[in-house]
Amino acid sequence: MPKELLNKEDIERIITRMAHEITERNRGVQSLCLIGIQRGGAHLARRLALKLGGIGGKTIPVGVLDIALYRDDFAVRKEQPVVRRTEVPFEISNEKVVLVDDVLFTGRSIRAAMDAVMDLGRPSAIQLAVLVDRGHRELPIKADFVGKNVPTSLEETVRVQFAEDGLEDRAVLE
Amino acid sequence: MKIAIRNGRIIDPARGIDGIGDLVIEDGKIKAVKSQKSKGRSQRPEITGATREIDARGKLVLPGLVDLHVHLREPGYEYKETIRTGTAAAVRGGVTSVCCMPNTNPVNDNASVTEFILKKASAEGACWVYPIGAITKGQKGEELAEMSIMHEAGCVAFSDDGRPVMDSLMMRRALEYSKVMNVPLISHCEDLSLSSGGVMNEGLLSVTLGLKGIPPQAEEIMVARDIALAELTGGRLHIAHISTEGSVALVRAAKKRGIADVTAETCPHYFSATEEAVGDYRTNAKVNPPLRRKRDVEAIKEGLHDGTIDVIATDHAPHHRDEKLGEFDFAPSGISGLETLIGLSMRLVDEGVLSHEGLVEKTAVNPARIIGVDRGTLAPGAAADLTVVDTETEYTVGAAKFVSRGKNTPFDGWVLSARPVITISLGRIHEWE
Amino acid sequence: MSLKSKDLVSIRGLDASDIGLILETAAGFKDVLGRDIKKVPALRGKTTVNLFYEPSTRTRTSFELAAKRLSTDVVNFSVSTSSVVKGESLRDTALTIQALGADIIIVRHSCSGVAHFLADNLGASVVNAGDGTNEHPTQALLDLFTIQERKEAIKGLRVAIVGDILHSRVAKSNMYALTTMGAKVRLIGPPTLVPEALEELGVEIFSDMDKGLRDVDIVMMLRIQMERQGKGFFPTTVEYFRNWGLTPERLSRAKKDALVMHPGPMNRGVEIASDVADGHNSVILDQVTNGLAVRMAVLYLLAGVKG
Repeated sequence: MPKELLNKEDIERIITRMAHEITERNRGVQSLCLIGIQRGGAHLARRLALKLGGIGGKTIPVGVLDIALYRDDFAVRKEQPVVRRTEVPFEISNEKVVLVDDVLFTGRSIRAAMDAVMDLGRPSAIQLAVLVDRGHRELPIKADFVGKNVPTSLEETVRVQFAEDGLEDRAVLE
Repeated sequence: MKIAIRNGRIIDPARGIDGIGDLVIEDGKIKAVKSQKSKGRSQRPEITGATREIDARGKLVLPGLVDLHVHLREPGYEYKETIRTGTAAAVRGGVTSVCCMPNTNPVNDNASVTEFILKKASAEGACWVYPIGAITKGQKGEELAEMSIMHEAGCVAFSDDGRPVMDSLMMRRALEYSKVMNVPLISHCEDLSLSSGGVMNEGLLSVTLGLKGIPPQAEEIMVARDIALAELTGGRLHIAHISTEGSVALVRAAKKRGIADVTAETCPHYFSATEEAVGDYRTNAKVNPPLRRKRDVEAIKEGLHDGTIDVIATDHAPHHRDEKLGEFDFAPSGISGLETLIGLSMRLVDEGVLSHEGLVEKTAVNPARIIGVDRGTLAPGAAADLTVVDTETEYTVGAAKFVSRGKNTPFDGWVLSARPVITISLGRIHEWE
Repeated sequence: MSLKSKDLVSIRGLDASDIGLILETAAGFKDVLGRDIKKVPALRGKTTVNLFYEPSTRTRTSFELAAKRLSTDVVNFSVSTSSVVKGESLRDTALTIQALGADIIIVRHSCSGVAHFLADNLGASVVNAGDGTNEHPTQALLDLFTIQERKEAIKGLRVAIVGDILHSRVAKSNMYALTTMGAKVRLIGPPTLVPEALEELGVEIFSDMDKGLRDVDIVMMLRIQMERQGKGFFPTTVEYFRNWGLTPERLSRAKKDALVMHPGPMNRGVEIASDVADGHNSVILDQVTNGLAVRMAVLYLLAGVKG
C-alpha cells in the first residue's frame, strides 16, 4: 500500500523554501550553479534554478549529470546501468556547485556524483540538496538542504515522480 | 567351431535372397543358408550341433560391407589412426573389407609400403585390408608409380586421392597403363586451380562466413575430363566421393551413352547433410569435397536410386582432435565415417531411396565387384564375413565413444536407428549392446 | 539494459535493439571524449587484452585507448603471422591469456571464425576486431553512429558500399547492420569482387558505379588491397580507379548532402580521389573519433554481461 509522502503542493513549497535556504547560506546567488543527477535530480535542479533565478535576479546555470560510469557496484549488479547524457555546458571551476537529487539513501550515488563533478573541473565548493532524505547512509555524507526527512525501513522504497515525465508531481513510500 | 544365426532377415542380393532364415558358419566359411524365400516356410531343416547360437530375430543379416574408400593413416599418421584401430572401427561399423588410400607417409607408391600395410593388417587387423596404390610417385602427378608391381603385391586399385592428377596427359597415360592390370583408377575429382584454397561449398553461406568457397564446378570439370579420358583410353574409371548434382548428371549421361567404363561412389555425408552443417565454423563439417546444397543432396539420392551411383563408401578420414580444434582454414578436411555408415545409409531405405537389397549392393556387392574380390556375399563357401544389424532401436551417435581414433564427425548427437550388434570378421565374433 | 551475449563476434548476432543500445550508450561516451579528463572509472580493476594476429595500428590503438579511458588495464599481445601456423595453437594462446586474468579479449586474426571459436572456448568476453573476410562489427557500429549523427534516422537511407565486397569484413558487417536498421544497401564493384549470392540477402548489386551511386545518401568506400591487382580480380589499379574510383564527378550522382565514408587506411587515387576524401561531404575523420566512443560503449556493455 503506497503511502503518500509529498503531493504537488508540498513539492512546490519545498522547492521555494530550499531556494531561500540556498540563497541565505550562500549570501546570494553569485558564483552558484546547479547540477542535477539523472534523472529525478535533473528535473528538480531545473525547477530550483528557476526559483533561485527569480530570487537572485539572474539566470542560474543548470546542468545534468549521469553517474553510471562512476558507480561502485560493478561487481554486484546484474547488468550495466544505462549511460545517459551528461550536459554541463558551463565552467564549474571556482564555482559553487549545488548537487541536486530526489532521494538521498546510502550516499553512494552522491559519492559517484562528486567524483564525476571533480572530473569536469575543480569547484570552490560542492553542496547537496535533496527532496527526501530516507536515512540508512553507508558513507559519511550529509545533505546541506533537505526537503523532508522520512524514516524508512530497508525493505521500503521511496519513489518520486515528476510532471516532466508526464506524471503528477508526488513522492510515495512503497 | 560352428555358429548358427537364427531367424534373422538374410539379405544377399548377390544370390537374390531376402528372407527370414538361418545361417550356419563352419571353419570361418558360410556353410549353409536356409531362408523362407529361397526354400519355403515348411521346408526349413533343422541345423544341429552348433557351438554358438545367435538369435537374430527382428534383425538384418548382411554380408560384411566392403568400403572402397578408407584412410587408415598408417604408416606415418598413427596419431590419427592405425591399421589396428581403423579396422576395429570398420568392424564396429559392419565393414569387413576396407580399401585403404595411399596418402600415408611414406605414400603407398611402391610395393614395400604395400607389403608393410598387408603385413601389419594380417598381424593386427580386424578385417580384410585391400591397399590402393598411388597413381603417381609421391602422389605428385608427375611420374607413374610402379603400378604393376604394386598390383602384384596386393593393390586392388590406384588413386592419388586427395591430390587429383591435374595433368590431363598424365591421367590419360595412367588410364591406358592401368589396362595392363585391369584395375580401376579411383579419381578424386577436383580442379585445384578453380577450388584454389577453398574450404567449403561456394555460395551465400561461404560469403557470409567469410570462408573461401569451392564451386561445384571444380568437381564437375574433372568428372567430365576423366570421363572423356576414360572414353579415349578404354581404361576403368571409378569416380570417388561424388558431391554435386552436376557430377551425377555427367556420370548418368556417360553410362547412358555407354562410352566409357565408369563407376561412381558417394559418401553418407553427401546424402545426409548440407553445407548448413558448417554452422558457425564447425570444423567437423569440413570435408573435401565440401558438403553441398539441398539440391545436390536430392540429386545424389536420385543417382543412388537410379543406379548412376554404384557405391556408398565412407571416405573415412580420421583426424586428431587438436587438428580440428582451431582455425577453420587450417583444420584438415575429413570425417570419421566408418561407425555411422550403416546408421546414415539405412535412412535411405527408410526414405524409399533404396531397398534393403539396393543398400547392400551399394555397400558390399558393387564395391567387391569393382575391385575384383570375392566378398560381399553370403553364398555357401564364401568367407564368413557378415554383420547383424539392429534397425529398430534408436540411439544417439556419440563420437567420444567411437572405436576409431578419429572422433571428427558432424553427426555427433544425431539420432539414428540402425547399427550393427554383431559383426563376424576373420573368424572372430564381435558383439555389442 | 544489457546485450544478450558476453561477446561481440558478429553483427549477424545482434538485433535492432542491441544495435540501438550500443549507439545510445556511445553517445554518452562521446560526451566523455569531449572533456578535459577523458577517462572514467567504470571498468576499474578489469583487464583487457589486445590479441592481434594481424598488424593493425589504427584498430589496435582505438581499442587500446577505449579500454584505457574506461580505466581497464590494457595488455597488447601481438602474434606474428608466421607463428600462427607453426607455433602455439590458437586455443592454447587464448587459454594462457585468460589464465593471466583477462576479462576482455579483443582479437584480430586473418582467419574467419576465430572470434567465434574463442568466444565458444573462453569465459572472458571476446570482441571481434576483424576476423579474416568475415566481420568487423565495431567498424560497422561506428559507421552507423557516424551516420546517425548526421542523418536523423538510418531507416530508409540508401547506402552504397563500393569496392572489394568479397574480401571485406567491413562491408559485410555494415551490410548486416544497415539492413537490420532498415537502410537500403547497394553493393558496387567489379563482379569478381561482388558475390552475386548476396542478392539473396535483399541488397542490390551494381557493376556500373554511375548507376549505383544515383540518389544515394551515403557512399562507403572500401580499401582496395594492392595485392589483388593482377590476380584476376581486376587488371590494374589504373583501370580500377577509372571504373570504381570515387571522383567529385561520380559523387555528383549521389544526393547533394551525401556522406562519404572510408574505414581507412585510404589509397588516395586508387579507390578515392583526394578532392573527395578531403571534401565537405567527407566524414572520414569523424569515423575515427566515433570509433573510440563506440568501442568504449561496446566494452562497457559487454563487461556488464555476466557469463
